[in-house]
Amino acid sequence: MSQDDSVRMKTAIRIENFNLYYDQFRALSDVNLEICERRVTAVIGPSGCGKSTLLRAINRMNDLIEKVRVEGQIFVDEAPVYGDHVDLVALRRKVGMVFQRPNPFPLSIFENVAFGLRLHFHSSPAERMERVQKSLEEVGLWEELRDRLGGFALNLSGEQQQRLCIARAIAVRPDIILMDEPCSALDPVATQRIEELIRFLKKDYTIVIVTHNMSQAARVSDETAYFYLGKLIEMGATQKIFTAPSKKETEDYITGKFG
Amino acid sequence: MKSSRAYLNRIFEFVIEKAIFLAGILSIVFVFLIFLFLIKEGFSLFRTYSIFSFLFGTKWYPISSPPQFGIVPLLLGSVAVTLGAILIAVPLGIGSAIYIAEIAPRWLREILKATVEFLAAIPSIVLGFIGLVTLAPLVKKLFHLPTGLTALSGSIMLAFMAMPTIVSMMEDAFTAVPKSYREGALALGATRWEMIRRVLLPASASGMLAAIMLGIGRVIGETMAVLMITGNAARIPTGLTQPVRTMTATIAAEMGEAVQGGNHYFALFAIGIVLFIITFLINVTASFLVRSQRK
Repeated sequence: MSQDDSVRMKTAIRIENFNLYYDQFRALSDVNLEICERRVTAVIGPSGCGKSTLLRAINRMNDLIEKVRVEGQIFVDEAPVYGDHVDLVALRRKVGMVFQRPNPFPLSIFENVAFGLRLHFHSSPAERMERVQKSLEEVGLWEELRDRLGGFALNLSGEQQQRLCIARAIAVRPDIILMDEPCSALDPVATQRIEELIRFLKKDYTIVIVTHNMSQAARVSDETAYFYLGKLIEMGATQKIFTAPSKKETEDYITGKFG
Repeated sequence: MKSSRAYLNRIFEFVIEKAIFLAGILSIVFVFLIFLFLIKEGFSLFRTYSIFSFLFGTKWYPISSPPQFGIVPLLLGSVAVTLGAILIAVPLGIGSAIYIAEIAPRWLREILKATVEFLAAIPSIVLGFIGLVTLAPLVKKLFHLPTGLTALSGSIMLAFMAMPTIVSMMEDAFTAVPKSYREGALALGATRWEMIRRVLLPASASGMLAAIMLGIGRVIGETMAVLMITGNAARIPTGLTQPVRTMTATIAAEMGEAVQGGNHYFALFAIGIVLFIITFLINVTASFLVRSQRK
């Protein structure tokens, strides 16, 4: 821990005075926070507190919704995310996303992982194969699936599908992976294994994970941010947030008094 | 008092139930009877005329002596018109379905959907009539033809009739693609077009095929417009700019003059059987494809 402090982690995502409105409703208000590189940051809070909205603000998936308006700015790697000249394709290549329900495409296993490669790189089939293998190895699927890469991705189990989605995200070598409740559709054993994977992946990636499961946040994350009604209530080292939160609201939520 | 009420209720229930059953069974009975009649009349031809010369004969001269009932020119006429119509309607249909389902803003989407449905509501005779006076002269002029009443004119006209079916079915197929696929593709940095091409189209492939099949079914069974606009020459076509005669147009044009109970009359029913088999196969394929899309 002291080592972490002395090296002073680099900031991967900086959110400044950020507000987001769905039409009239203010979903996020005056959010200021910094997310460190190569750490797992958990965003927790009761349903409707804006945690998913915040996550989707980082790679601008909220753009798909009509009548969304933002104020303030988010910086990924010190480059602004909002503005007329932002290259969304480049942003989303840098910031991968894993969704709540595993959503592999109705294509083969190989094509799922190669999907982003085809979009962003002009690689030869051999290079693509290598990249696909490496990504599947990283998520621990290579051994079980190496002989059936041509198989239909939707025939995999829920856990395998979610791993495949993670492999699909990391295949393009993003800096950041956003995970929106990635285990909520999985059973406890699968959840445990995905959590192990998340801890393993943080050596290479900055991970932001939204979860409604507090013990999951405690298990996988280095930092935790607690949101309530669109506001950041408290952010700090996970250990501190869960043992000695400085705000009363955080403590009430953590100890299960509400939420 | 109370028990008689209950008794009446029971009778009422019984009658209603039987009436509904009868209505349901009747539709099946009617289809079956129609089919039987078609078979009986159509097959009567083959008592005196060989089925081989009917199916593979290249000459349709029903009133020469001896008469010849070879349906190859009619079959090829139908195929030419249908193929032409599908070649026109499918690219246009895919384009407009993608636009309606994926690109158009919501208010425009509703207007476009209503307009496409409206296109389906235009009676085919009206379309045929408009085609006859506007499209046929245009085709004649554009291709320097002796007549504008050609397979091409029919194809263009029929493409308009197949479009509503194709567009609304494809639009359904696109809308049925889960939002999570789109989000997954966009989150990977796909542009909207890349998302459409690499995820949406493959994911809705069977629904699109079903739409095309039903479009073909609509076109091949169409009668009035083709009768008016394709020129009605029962010759084997070698190109789309020639007059052709389809199976449907043949039945419509000749049924009035064929002597009931004569070979010509039976031959028209035999054409009906061929048409029935073709549309039946198309519909079965389409519903099979729709079902596999839902899985």
